[in-house]
Amino acid sequence: MASGTRPGSEDPPDDTRAPGSTPFAESELVERLRAGDETAFSELVERLHPAMVRLALTRVRSRAVAEEVAQDAWLGLLRGIETFEGRSSLRSWLFRIVTNRAISTGLKERAHLPVEDGELEHRDGRFSQDGWWVTPPTHWADEVIDRITAPALAGRVHEAIAELPPGQRAVVTLRDVEGLTSAEVCAILDISEGNQRVLLHRARTRIRAALEQEVIP
Amino acid sequence: MKCNEFVELVTAYLEDQLPADQRSEFEEHLSLCPGCERYLVQFRTTISLLGQLPEESITGPARTHLLDAFAEWGSGGAADVSDP
Ligand SMILES: [Zn+2]
Repeated sequence: MASGTRPGSEDPPDDTRAPGSTPFAESELVERLRAGDETAFSELVERLHPAMVRLALTRVRSRAVAEEVAQDAWLGLLRGIETFEGRSSLRSWLFRIVTNRAISTGLKERAHLPVEDGELEHRDGRFSQDGWWVTPPTHWADEVIDRITAPALAGRVHEAIAELPPGQRAVVTLRDVEGLTSAEVCAILDISEGNQRVLLHRARTRIRAALEQEVIP
Repeated sequence: MKCNEFVELVTAYLEDQLPADQRSEFEEHLSLCPGCERYLVQFRTTISLLGQLPEESITGPARTHLLDAFAEWGSGGAADVSDP
């Protein structure tokens, strides 16, 4: 990575869409669902349910309630599949159902979202008064990337995500883990492009810091 | 531009949302500051790692519940099967 990405050179900023997120063959999938194809449903459930639970958890308190919200969203999908017009992707639509249900459930259980804190981890002495690095980042060896498949490091990343404030957690999960576009995420969470970017940046900043601690003990 | 300003703009840079003048300041700083260059690389690495997290799997009871609901729905029953 260090040699491949030479920042500042001509390589354009990527759209940071997560690799490996292939779009569904949607119209075919919708047809199969309408026809009652259990395999199609089962594959979709395996693929999306865990992310739906995580998304719900940004609005409700317990995993059990988040599980219910996500399961409910699937039933909502079945009820609505006949009339689904494909104006958004099926995945966006499901995430949107989850968000709506989680919000109303969260309101019922009075689990208000904590106010987003504006505090960034950068104020912690990494920079001098003049704004330059006191302790500059060190080079991460390439094995960091390989180690992500090691349960310990993946676990640490999951922990870092879990520790984020809800808004940041929702955005980074949808954008970077699930690979949705910023337009999709704004629509699902009903937030502005600018707000989305701020939340995403804070989340990535904290996760980078957590990885740094993991990599350089 | 200073390092503490640079680090706040990384996502906006990667999303290609910086105004032209800010973008060239950003890139100029990048070309002069090894610390920020490594920071940007780490940031990209972080994003790429997030996209490669091993997937969690659905719990057994949830799978069973949903497949039952689907079977019921497919047989023309109401989709809003709830827990007994
Ligand atoms: Zn710098």
